[in-house]
Amino acid sequence: MNIHEIESLLPAGSYYFSGNEAATEGAIAAGCRYYGGYPITPSSEIMERIAVRLKEVGGVFMQMEDEIGSICSVIGAVWAGAKAMTATSGPGFSLMQEAIGYAAFTETPLVIVDVQRAGPGTGQATRVGSGDHMQAKWGSHGDYQVIALSPWSVQEMYDQAIEAFNLAEQYRVPVFLMAEEAVGHLRERMDVRPRVKVLNRIKKKGAPPFGTPDDDGVPPMPSFGEGENLLVTGSTHNDVGIRKTDDGKAHEKLVIRINNKILKHRESIIQNEAYYLDDADVVVISYGFTARSALFAVERLHKEGKKVGLLRLKTIWPFAERVIREVGKKARKIVVPEMNRGQIAGEILKYAECEVLSYCQTDGEIIHPHKIMEQVRSLL
Amino acid sequence: MARDLEAYLRSDVKSTPFCPGCGHGILMNAILRAIDDLHLPMEKMLFVSGIGCAAWIPSPNFNADTLHTLHGRAIAFATGAKMFNPELKVVVISGDGDLTSIGGNHLIHAARRDIDLTVICANNMIYGMTGGQVASTTPLGASTATSVEGNIYRPFDLCKLVQAAGASYVARYSVTQVVSLKEAIKKAMSTKGFTFVEVLSPCPTQYGRRNRFDAPTDMLKTLMESCIPVEEVERLSGEALKEKIVTGEFIHG
Repeated sequence: MNIHEIESLLPAGSYYFSGNEAATEGAIAAGCRYYGGYPITPSSEIMERIAVRLKEVGGVFMQMEDEIGSICSVIGAVWAGAKAMTATSGPGFSLMQEAIGYAAFTETPLVIVDVQRAGPGTGQATRVGSGDHMQAKWGSHGDYQVIALSPWSVQEMYDQAIEAFNLAEQYRVPVFLMAEEAVGHLRERMDVRPRVKVLNRIKKKGAPPFGTPDDDGVPPMPSFGEGENLLVTGSTHNDVGIRKTDDGKAHEKLVIRINNKILKHRESIIQNEAYYLDDADVVVISYGFTARSALFAVERLHKEGKKVGLLRLKTIWPFAERVIREVGKKARKIVVPEMNRGQIAGEILKYAECEVLSYCQTDGEIIHPHKIMEQVRSLL
Repeated sequence: MARDLEAYLRSDVKSTPFCPGCGHGILMNAILRAIDDLHLPMEKMLFVSGIGCAAWIPSPNFNADTLHTLHGRAIAFATGAKMFNPELKVVVISGDGDLTSIGGNHLIHAARRDIDLTVICANNMIYGMTGGQVASTTPLGASTATSVEGNIYRPFDLCKLVQAAGASYVARYSVTQVVSLKEAIKKAMSTKGFTFVEVLSPCPTQYGRRNRFDAPTDMLKTLMESCIPVEEVERLSGEALKEKIVTGEFIHG
């Protein structure tokens, strides 16, 4: 792996940032040097800040004509050698889905920050939601994998933005930072460390850019202008990029590899945090902003001597199947509070053998800790 | 393809994918001859295309970097690549449906921004690859798979559209005007900013057979007779102009 420790461009120390500002700084720290975007609430602050920051660090900013143009320009810039990203919210994320499938199939590393709002449709543009998780996984047609992270704090908007770029480069895959409006607009203290770990693109002159001998391998990635005569196509292709649109074996081989390169490495990709799980009778499984409320509730109940634990998912996709299975074997009940109609609870149901209860709230407000406490108490 | 241009083609590509009588092979030849005349280094060229028959002109045939993208989005991909690496000479080659219907928004905005790209639009006036459906460029009255009794909607004048959006060079030629076409592509490629060449390319398979052209040569003959140079427009009355296609340079850069 091509890992470097570089000095942080932003002086080390404490900052009072919004989540959207922190994600922007994380991207710049990770080496993002191209941004293509389109205004959309509640993500626009990312575009506004990165327009200024990219100028300062010698990068390129383009405000495109729509979200489709944004994501396509990002893919073009990545193949021209950039680390690149865009940010958006539900409606824009919907428009980007076809190109996300293209990026997955052409193994184009890129980052999308989705600052989720209350959907569907135009929904409530200024209010919080967390309803894009299934779209993140299944939004484009066909079978492919992505990586999706779920930040719960301003610090994590910064840290996970860096991690998103590193994962994108390591696996040549689109990575989503699934923020929610509440964390995008939250302001709190965060720390910038003096050094940042970044992972740079692996290049190997003359090596096929779309194939490896392993069925879970990640090929090296050249850029345009390096004399490699690259053939990049969203059609089924062989390891050098020649279209193979009626070769069943070539299609199956490619589809299996782009899935396996993520699924077979899920243990090193997935991150989560456990609180009081050892003897927990009821386990709250939570992610994103809601996990802040869940932790507050679980700590209160724990102090009261209740056997309650929390599993916080920091990675949504690939899904934490193994951990959920383990929790489901030991716990009596699992509660899943979410700002959607049970998207992740449905996933947990697939793997947990105990009872799984979905607690949904879709009123454009964050879930209050007392509501989670109430819910858990009723199960004890 | 003439032997002196073989260096511009991938050695493992043995034939073009185009139907007999298709004009895209002539266009491919004109593009490579323009590059050869200008001595452009292929290792610094990037050819971007969308989806459709014309998108297969560069990909996989050209011996350079090629980016075969999504339907309609070639110009957006090209914008990102060119803006990040201005040393790349970026040429977009795609069809009328791809660039001007599904991709129309990207076309006018790239022209408005005057992004340093050359866009070559192969206009066969129909959706060829999907089976001959009506396009935003299909002439009034023409029969297609989705306008069997004749197209009732006016076609775009692509050159006027791109000109109004602010392009730096705009020209239209037919594949029957090979020398002028090659010279126009050369001018487009050597003019800074957004440059656009519309190329009329016959599609006997989908357009010709539905519109009483019994042989591909009939389509070529009609195309030749329909084209009039922009300099002659003033001499003709409105009625006489109706059936004509105006060719030439509309914006000189």
